[in-house]
Amino acid sequence: MDQFVLNLIVVGATFALYIGIAIWARAGTTADYYTASRGVNPIVNGAATAADWMSAASFISMAGLIAFVGYGNSSYLMGWTGGYVLLALLLAPYLRKFGRFTVPEFIGDRFYSQSARIVAVVCLLVISITYVIGQMTGAGVAFSRFLEVENTTGLIIASTVVFIYAVLGGMKGITYTQLAQYCVLITAYTIPAVFISLQLTNNPVPALGLFSTHAESGLPLLSRLDEVLTELGFHDYTGHHGTTLNMVLFTLSLMVGTAGLPHVIIRFFTVPKVADARKSAGWALVFIALLYLTAPAVGAMAKLNILSTIYPDGTSEAPIAYADKPDWMSNWEQTGLLRFEDKNDDGRIQYYNDRSEDFASIAAERGWEGNEIVVFNQDILVLANPEIAQLPGWVLALIAAGGLAAALSTAAGLLLAISSAISHDVLKSVLMPGISDRQELMAARISMAFAILLATWLGLNPPGFAAQVVALAFGLAAATLFPALMMGIFSQKMNTEGAVAGMLVGLISTLTYIFTYLGWFFVPGTNLLENVQENWLFGISPLSFGAVGAVLNFATAWAVMKLTKAPPPEIQALVESIRVPRGAAGAIDH
Amino acid sequence: MTNEHSAAAYWSANLRIITICMMIWALVSVGFGIVLRPLLAMLPITVGGTDLGFWFAQQGSILTFIALIFYYTWYMNRLDRRFGVDEQ
Repeated sequence: MDQFVLNLIVVGATFALYIGIAIWARAGTTADYYTASRGVNPIVNGAATAADWMSAASFISMAGLIAFVGYGNSSYLMGWTGGYVLLALLLAPYLRKFGRFTVPEFIGDRFYSQSARIVAVVCLLVISITYVIGQMTGAGVAFSRFLEVENTTGLIIASTVVFIYAVLGGMKGITYTQLAQYCVLITAYTIPAVFISLQLTNNPVPALGLFSTHAESGLPLLSRLDEVLTELGFHDYTGHHGTTLNMVLFTLSLMVGTAGLPHVIIRFFTVPKVADARKSAGWALVFIALLYLTAPAVGAMAKLNILSTIYPDGTSEAPIAYADKPDWMSNWEQTGLLRFEDKNDDGRIQYYNDRSEDFASIAAERGWEGNEIVVFNQDILVLANPEIAQLPGWVLALIAAGGLAAALSTAAGLLLAISSAISHDVLKSVLMPGISDRQELMAARISMAFAILLATWLGLNPPGFAAQVVALAFGLAAATLFPALMMGIFSQKMNTEGAVAGMLVGLISTLTYIFTYLGWFFVPGTNLLENVQENWLFGISPLSFGAVGAVLNFATAWAVMKLTKAPPPEIQALVESIRVPRGAAGAIDH
Repeated sequence: MTNEHSAAAYWSANLRIITICMMIWALVSVGFGIVLRPLLAMLPITVGGTDLGFWFAQQGSILTFIALIFYYTWYMNRLDRRFGVDEQ
């Protein structure tokens, strides 16, 4: 059967499933809409959280992100999983006990201040809107690549599907579609990974294969990869080539940022008990680890496999002739993700590090005139895997469905965080406190519809800074929301003045640092300093500043708290009560 | 919650276990995975042709995180019951 028809059938079937779930899981009350009435099984919530969390970037780009840098990008693996320990130990159980609907609501009530709530809403909107742009563009790209439709048409189809289940079902619909989306994406990711692992190491478990013997050379796989890369003038895969301080701060920023993302936090509002919130975070990490332990293996193996394909007789012999290259390379060459240029007109593909000064003499000796794979998109390591391993067409169709599931599940979670902040924190709490539950449910649906329209528009007209915004989202979540939430629970004496001052200092310092190097509001050319390591303050990259912003937030809040008056007794009693699990069920209605 | 005294004792027991878990959390990730990697490399242990620090950075830390959360969950459920603050 034609690949296009197969893709259409598999993607169509998953979409029909999502819409079916939406019709089954309609929301009847605001409690349904915001928190699925807190009736979600903790293991189901774990899987939903995993889908909510793992975006198109995790699914498509993560393996390549690790493979093209090696050890240095382990920060992503540790950072994007370590945040769940912070959630389970420091935030989720207490926020569940508090028993409200949104993150700004906790900040507003705990710090007894509408201004604190509004500052939190602003932080939430900046974080979630920047994040959703990436998801919408990811979905559009997946559509245009696999279903041969225009990017615009693809985005509109994706938005329509999200619209149906998010507007109808709210959190309830989103939860159960995310569960289905997790199953789709993990199956799609695992099947080709198992085959490439078997092919290279005879081990069916990719995570174990990464640390076992490379069948062809008889060497440990990672030693072989180090060897091949250094022979071609690249730095070795397992070595540490950045600065230690920056890597530590980057890892911490991702960890703290993960724990401060509102769309992840609200998932823990859906479980019945405080004990379930702890357990659910554990299950979420199990489901996430299934992909995150596989991704570095896929990256390393695909990289080694491609290098052996280009140099079939070893790196000291002539590389493969352009005419003899495998079919999958020709297929992906058409998409533009892979591009060759025969610089020395010898009809062969030389792939090496032409920026290495040590390797220049060897290259000159061999008559090489530059790296001839001029475009080598990192996403190809995941996208082309089924073809590299010569798997049947339905596996490639599954990858298409998996990539879309990853993008749509994250987009839906973000859209719910955005729309509930508007309908619950802005409309119900500040502008129109008198509205009934039914009216608020309608307001929530209307804000969701507007959020989807906005996200679609941003996906169609992506601002030029799409790549940098992820850094912004994590940096801001780490520097603003996480410290405020943590101090709200762990410091009984923390007051409005301290919390607001802390959030503002975190917000402004992080924005200033990022904009100094990446341009004001990411407008190219407006950066004060060039974004290179020599210019960074103490060698801290703008991507790693979130952890510093968090420290500034904590320090400011503490200093201001010492100079201002303690919170009222009822707030101190509230903190006492969220620290113990008993009574969580009673907190449902408010 | 029965009285002030046990509320304080429950909270300090919780803070103690959180502190222990967070120390392990930092040790296996930024510790073994990054800062202490050169020290670990001096041990005569290799994992799949590379040093232990690389394994911690790519797998060991994640596996430890999972163990930490489930351990904390188990410990807290026991603590909740002991202090009579569990959800009935």
